[in-house]
Amino acid sequence: MHLHPYFLYQLLNNKIMLEQNTVAPNFTLFATPDQKVTLSEFKGRNVILAFYPADWSPVCSDQMALYNEMLKYFKKYDAELFGISVDSKWCHLAFSQSRNLHFPLLADFEPKGEVAKKYDVYNEHEGQCNRALFVIDKEGIIQWCYKSPTAVNPGADGILEALENLKIK
Amino acid sequence: MSLKIPVSITDHAQGNLDADLVIVEYGDYQCPYCGAAYPVLKKLLKKFSGEVKFVFRNFPLSEMHEYALPAAIAAEAAFLQDKFWEMHDAIYENQRKLDDQYLFKIAEKIGLDMEKFKSDIQKEELVNKIDADFQGGVISGVNGTPSFYVNGKKFNGAAEDLFELFTRSTGEI
Repeated sequence: MHLHPYFLYQLLNNKIMLEQNTVAPNFTLFATPDQKVTLSEFKGRNVILAFYPADWSPVCSDQMALYNEMLKYFKKYDAELFGISVDSKWCHLAFSQSRNLHFPLLADFEPKGEVAKKYDVYNEHEGQCNRALFVIDKEGIIQWCYKSPTAVNPGADGILEALENLKIK
Repeated sequence: MSLKIPVSITDHAQGNLDADLVIVEYGDYQCPYCGAAYPVLKKLLKKFSGEVKFVFRNFPLSEMHEYALPAAIAAEAAFLQDKFWEMHDAIYENQRKLDDQYLFKIAEKIGLDMEKFKSDIQKEELVNKIDADFQGGVISGVNGTPSFYVNGKKFNGAAEDLFELFTRSTGEI
């Protein structure tokens, strides 16, 4: 069997992940030590998923701190933001309190990385999520996704552009 | 990434205002990395004063740094008395002492009309200006502070790298 060159290119660049216009896989994850969040419950609203490698690491912290300041802008687009990593709910709680975060961090903890795997953004080698962003529309369809190099904080410009495009549709 | 909001006369600028090289910094007054960048930028501006225009834009991460926004407001209020850079510099030079009271102390020290200062910091237009800077930064791809742009292109490095780049590029001229 021959691999199509483009597929090979994507494979080599580790760019395989769920693509635009596919249905966002549903999931239920802990958002706090005693509360769970189910993606399908947010139908009718836009959802931003920010997969990130780990609480406490410098780049992630910057990225989450930036998104924390962005919440009022996301709200204008009727968009709910969730951070997702394989850290536990208690780790998320401590991290969230230390950074004064005002959005939920979901624990893809048990089975480890299950949701990240569904979205094809799990790094088996490191045992953590890749840094990846998804913008899901009100019908639960992935409308934009972006995988960032692990060491680079992707900022929020791509998310805002994607949300702006949803508004135009 | 590139700067989506072009540099204009409404920006706070210093150095040679007609220079071909333009550095834009998106900064947070309480961010320690911005504090570390401050003396390096000073050094850069001193060394290349005739060749560089330096612009500062607000990017306060106010959820993480409680005095970032008050400090940004204080600097914008100082601008209304033509003392933006005096306030900007004094804040970075005393970053560790930063709190609400200290901002008033600085205002007094740099010789602001305190009555006017106290009334100006209440003005909504100052917050709106800071917000506009922040939004423009986000769409330009600012992902943390400080973020630098050189002639409109995002520079993915620290102030030291910027200094090195300038030293190298002007050496070639």
